[in-house]
Amino acid sequence: MSRFERFTSRLVPLLVDNIDTDQIIPARFLKTITKEGLDRQLFYDWRYDAEGNPRPDFILNQPRAQGAAVLLAGDNFGCGSSREHAPWALTQFGFRAVISTSFADIFRQNALKNALLPIVVSPEIHAALREALERDPDYTVTVDLAAQKLILADGAEAEFPIDPFAKYCLLEGVDELGYILQHEEAIQTFEREHPSPVNTLAPT
Amino acid sequence: MTKPRTLIEKVWDAHVVAERPGAPALLYIDLHLVHEVTSPQAFAGLRARGLRVRRPDLTLATTDHSTPTTPRSLPIVDDVARRQVEQLEANAREFGIPCFGFRSDRQGIVHVIGPENGLTQPGMTVVCGDSHTATHGAFGALAFGIGTSQVEHVLATQCLLERRSKTFKVQVDGVLRPGVTAKDIILALIARIGVGGGTGCVFEYCGSTIRALSMEERMTICNMSIEGGARAGMIAPDETTYDYLYGRPFAPKGAAWEAALERWRKLPTDEGAVYDKEIWIDASTLEPMITFGTNPGMGIPITAPVPDPMSVTDPVERETLVKALRYMDLEPGKPLLGHRVDVVFIGSCTNSRMSDLRAAARIFKGRKVADGVRVLVVPGSQPIKRQAEAEGLDRIFREAGAEWREAGCSMCIAMNGDELRPGEYSVSTSNRNFEGRQGKGGRTLLASPLTAAAAAVTGRVTDVRTLL
Repeated sequence: MSRFERFTSRLVPLLVDNIDTDQIIPARFLKTITKEGLDRQLFYDWRYDAEGNPRPDFILNQPRAQGAAVLLAGDNFGCGSSREHAPWALTQFGFRAVISTSFADIFRQNALKNALLPIVVSPEIHAALREALERDPDYTVTVDLAAQKLILADGAEAEFPIDPFAKYCLLEGVDELGYILQHEEAIQTFEREHPSPVNTLAPT
Repeated sequence: MTKPRTLIEKVWDAHVVAERPGAPALLYIDLHLVHEVTSPQAFAGLRARGLRVRRPDLTLATTDHSTPTTPRSLPIVDDVARRQVEQLEANAREFGIPCFGFRSDRQGIVHVIGPENGLTQPGMTVVCGDSHTATHGAFGALAFGIGTSQVEHVLATQCLLERRSKTFKVQVDGVLRPGVTAKDIILALIARIGVGGGTGCVFEYCGSTIRALSMEERMTICNMSIEGGARAGMIAPDETTYDYLYGRPFAPKGAAWEAALERWRKLPTDEGAVYDKEIWIDASTLEPMITFGTNPGMGIPITAPVPDPMSVTDPVERETLVKALRYMDLEPGKPLLGHRVDVVFIGSCTNSRMSDLRAAARIFKGRKVADGVRVLVVPGSQPIKRQAEAEGLDRIFREAGAEWREAGCSMCIAMNGDELRPGEYSVSTSNRNFEGRQGKGGRTLLASPLTAAAAAVTGRVTDVRTLL
């Protein structure tokens, strides 16, 4: 995984609470057996009409969303299923961070494993960002993960929390599976001391 | 004396393999359930690294999500779905994992077959690439959904990096009134705390109402913990749990059973243990519940009116409600009772077990499905299908005019061809009413099997208590 660098981007507002993973990528697109080609399916049912034509009023179809890397979403973003296709689709579209007042647990974990930064801000900062966007649709923010800061266009800063281990993995490009595999000895010890309660291979 | 601990903490503590300062704990997983949708990319990852599945003996695969519910003698007509099902079966063969595949007589919804086979046991850690893994918490297991990266981690190492969750006590006391079910308890909880109310937490359901529930009813409640934002929901094991498990294919036998019982009896939360959050629900005042909106927190008692966005002060919250009512094409302030219904779905990992089918059959018996309504009854597994047929339930459904189908997730997630058409209303026993969840443009009203069956025979949203 590559290292997560500081970047500056326009904001794409999607100001609805509880945006669920079925909206981020509808279930019918989960029949794929690869991770590729999901960017077109991102927010598909909000983005395209019944004939598959882009809806001009949907934000992702507007020029301001092109090249933007930060989504500003309503509360409890990513609720619903455990599909990792959701962060895959978001990152393939070009997003590198989502700002909300909270994230669903499984989505947050999946996002962090795909270098998509879930940034939790206070309702006040969220409201300030919304107002700034109303004044200037091209409003930009800088995401500085190392400093855990969101730097606003006027120079104001907002700190955001992040799990220190996730931060370390993102900044250093650590491969989590590789990290777990380093614990082989501890895993073996645990397995010796804890006989398994079930055996799915046993004849029944 | 050691500090009193909750059930959640006891199961967590017993599975920590390693814990370094600043890093999440390395947690050992006792049972990993695998299905066709969230696993292919994980197996590809193993292959790319030249890794094997560490513990095939703690892993079980089945096909459910993309799996058709048409007769098994027919091929899978959707080529993309067929490739996915075949890929799972091929991956299971290649990596030596047992698989209850498409044509197995033990195939079923992943969260139905674990308990049914006695694989889900008290005190275990259970994971699956599916958010409704919370279901298994009904046995006092710590069970939660994971993404595909974590599926790969567990396949390769049988471990996960996890942070300890907060504990959230959900105490439910009182006797349920006739027509009110486990589904109504969980819908009422989610309506109260909201779909993000349990974020960062594991629920522990307790209280006299929960104690009086069967294992199947407990599974319905734990299943929808994720709809309340909690990744897991648990119920302490008791005699009901042990009676259910005894004699099941993978449950311990003989001396091992006695030893297991001794371990399991130590699991319930200690006197004096402290939770991070608590809520109390009076079950005796609950009514049958139904959802009106586009997330499971948008639920009301069946006799109540649809809420009015004008009464909401927060602008984003108000806009969210306006958007939901527009999608659902419902008028604020009006009751849902009497609203037209096009489709009824009885099934899913929430409500596809024997007691759900029996409850629905009780309403269907001697009645007919209303004109113009399509009714799908989808058992949770092949063994449930056989049992229902042995009891003659399939005949009751068919004679009423309902479709009796093969086991799978079906119209809960609408990946397999079972889906609503745009604009249709369904009353569904599943767990999610998100936009398009049951088919693009479809509108879902979540409810219990009783309420769903009442809608089927009347063609309207109906208070089932008028039919009992």
